[in-house]
Amino acid sequence: MACNMQAEPIGASMPKLAGAHLTIPARQSAVREGLQCLFNTILLQSLPADERGTAEIVLAEALNNIVEHAYSCYEGEIEISLQLRKDALVCKISDTGLPMPDGQLPSGKPPILGRLDSLPEGGFGWHLIRSLSKDLEYHREGDRNFLTFRLDMRQSEP
Amino acid sequence: MQLMAEERGDIMVIHAMEDRIDAAGAIQFKDRMRELTQSQPLRVVLDLSRVAFIDSSGLGAVVAVMKSLGPNRKLELSGLTATVQKVFRLTRMDSVFTIHDQVPDGLQHAS
Repeated sequence: MACNMQAEPIGASMPKLAGAHLTIPARQSAVREGLQCLFNTILLQSLPADERGTAEIVLAEALNNIVEHAYSCYEGEIEISLQLRKDALVCKISDTGLPMPDGQLPSGKPPILGRLDSLPEGGFGWHLIRSLSKDLEYHREGDRNFLTFRLDMRQSEP
Repeated sequence: MQLMAEERGDIMVIHAMEDRIDAAGAIQFKDRMRELTQSQPLRVVLDLSRVAFIDSSGLGAVVAVMKSLGPNRKLELSGLTATVQKVFRLTRMDSVFTIHDQVPDGLQHAS
């Protein structure tokens, strides 16, 4: 599938401080295509495979959560901004969907794995996000949700 | 989600042919897996060696498939790539499934 979304590299001539911006419609299919676009950028291709995998898990869970909950009642867009700092990928995600319940992020306690017939089929998203990210913060400004976090990065280049 | 099934007696090996099992494809994956396992194989081995990425919806779909097989049939997994392994480890689902490094001997797809 052709990538028809724009991931704009910022400061491409300065690989130590580079970023990408992407706006997608809040749909699961657009999350998949958007992640594929982002992970094809030079910015993310330059990261070690393990860190890239971690980034894809956290971003996918955060974006899917927005599609499923913030935009459960209506349509809208999600803005994603990634900045590669010296030792971290700084991620900012914003949307104009519903606020988090009580204005708080979910605790992200992992579901208990019990008997086979009662194994949980969901509820892992925030546990994955909290396990893999740092400095996770949520706030609302006007009608907009902002989620920010950092992902530790080892630089693949000296 | 493209899946390819091979039957060897009571054992069915299902190869996931696409590189991700995610929220956009989880329901289709679950439906296709249920169709393929309707012939009641005793053991089902899901080969994930081509799957580079799974999210929590994809993980939930794999769990749902195992539950749909019932208590007397097993879903085993093989060939977990690094990111898929990470999701199974962090959710402790690696303790629930039998996980093989590769499709068990004698069941490998003849290439």
